Amino acid sequence: MSLLSITDLANEVAGKPILKGLSLSIGAGEIHAIMGPNGAGKSTLAYTLGGRPGYEVTGGSVTFAGEDLLAMEPHERAAAGLFLGFQYPVEIPGVSTVQFLREALNAQRKTRGEEPLSGGAFLKLAREKAALLKLDPEMLKRPVNVGFSGGEKKRAEMVQMGVLDPKFAILDETDSGLDIDALRIVGEGINAIMRKPDKAVLLITHYQRLLDYVKPDFVHVLAAGRIVRSGGPELALELEEQGYEAVVA
Amino acid sequence: MSELATLPTRHEEDWRYADLAALETVWPVATETLTLAPGEQATRTLVLDGDSAVVRDLAVTLGAGAEFDLRVLNAGKAYGRLSVRVVLAKGAQFRFGAAQVAGGEQTVEIVTEVVHAEPDAVSNQIVRQVLGGRATGNYLGRVLVERGAIGTDGSQSVRAMLLDRTATANARPELEIYADDVKCAHGCAIGELDREGLFYLASRGLPPAAAKALMLQAFLSEAFAGAPDEETLTAAALAALEDVL
Ligand SMILES: Nc1ncnc2c1ncn2[C@@H]1O[C@H](COP(=O)(O)OP(=O)(O)OP(=O)(O)O)[C@@H](O)[C@H]1O
Ligand SMILES: [Mg+2]
Repeated sequence: MSLLSITDLANEVAGKPILKGLSLSIGAGEIHAIMGPNGAGKSTLAYTLGGRPGYEVTGGSVTFAGEDLLAMEPHERAAAGLFLGFQYPVEIPGVSTVQFLREALNAQRKTRGEEPLSGGAFLKLAREKAALLKLDPEMLKRPVNVGFSGGEKKRAEMVQMGVLDPKFAILDETDSGLDIDALRIVGEGINAIMRKPDKAVLLITHYQRLLDYVKPDFVHVLAAGRIVRSGGPELALELEEQGYEAVVA
Repeated sequence: MSELATLPTRHEEDWRYADLAALETVWPVATETLTLAPGEQATRTLVLDGDSAVVRDLAVTLGAGAEFDLRVLNAGKAYGRLSVRVVLAKGAQFRFGAAQVAGGEQTVEIVTEVVHAEPDAVSNQIVRQVLGGRATGNYLGRVLVERGAIGTDGSQSVRAMLLDRTATANARPELEIYADDVKCAHGCAIGELDREGLFYLASRGLPPAAAKALMLQAFLSEAFAGAPDEETLTAAALAALEDVL
């Protein structure tokens, strides 16, 4: 049975149709990559799965771990095990990462009927994940993403993912803005956190370079709001060589 | 700001937005005076809360080189008003940080008059307001730089966050300058919570009320930065926020 199943998903943003009947099924233990031209609707798919206000679903359905994902509020989706890695992580002045992340984790645990994590246990967990991503743990005391470099923001996203330990992650261009070493560290981090038999990942990327570290089982091409082609890992290489026009046509 | 015998009316500038009916329940209001000797330093924390109207009036005199740090949380469930008049002698410093939180039909207000009577004094005012329901939050702040008070540095930063379209913020920072070589700045802004930030927090699992409280607490804490009672004030502000959210 698939962990995430998207059927004929259609939506509108500011009255403009973006996703136009997108279908995709992702099983537990699988890693999928989505590639596609700028403006194709990749981030729109990520936001729609996350439940961002303004991303109005006009058709289709999404089932996540057997439940109707679209009926849930954004925070309920997170508690159900969905994680969204942002293409542009948001800066939140005055709110420290450790403070919000602990509250977020404990809110998720509460929804799942689990005991809250103590301050000490949380800090230990956060430090462990920061070490995994080679991010200075002191940065987590600073306001969320404020004053972080592009690469630091992406690493901090992965630290958050490590702490929240989701079932399914959709990672929107997590590789953009990373230097060569950071790319490897983040790639290995994603594998360590998410490559498990009961988890799955959807990677949105423009380049093969991340896929060298996080090897996908399936690669899809999203163009004009739909999946227009699917294949194995070799499809990414083919795209990189020939570009979208040749492959999509 | 001497004690007034009769109840003020809305025609008086400082009482323009006041809740006069609530004021009547606590009238007359005695002025509390505070004088700092030259070079003296003091800090004060005022929390205006509770279920009935609270009206406080302060008159502060700062001697040469004296430093006064005043922090306020104005979050009463009825009317809450603080008026403060500060006169600064040469090189004195006045630091004011106030947060106002109101919901329902409530009025909260802060009225300041800061008088730079002599050269080289510094005054710095930060006011942050969170207003929901049909609440009204007011800040009337006058900075007066007297003749000869050269080298004055006075600033006012006033920001309000409206949780509902029905809430009102009145902000009137005012400068009256009768001296040269003076640095005065004021800014005020009224806004709403950043939706992108709220979605980001929600995507991590925070329910909407918790996400809002976290962002608003951060906003209000700008008024408490560096205060000796920063943690207590921030916690009290959060409790007040939970009442209006
Ligand atoms: N708020 C909005 N208002 C109007 N149009 C929008 C809005 N958000 C996105 N769009 C449009 O939706 C389309 C898809 O955008 P999206 O961000 O999903 O593309 P993408 O595939 O992620 O592109 P990229 O590779 O550049 O990140 C674009 O044409 C974009 O202009
Ligand atoms: Mg995008």
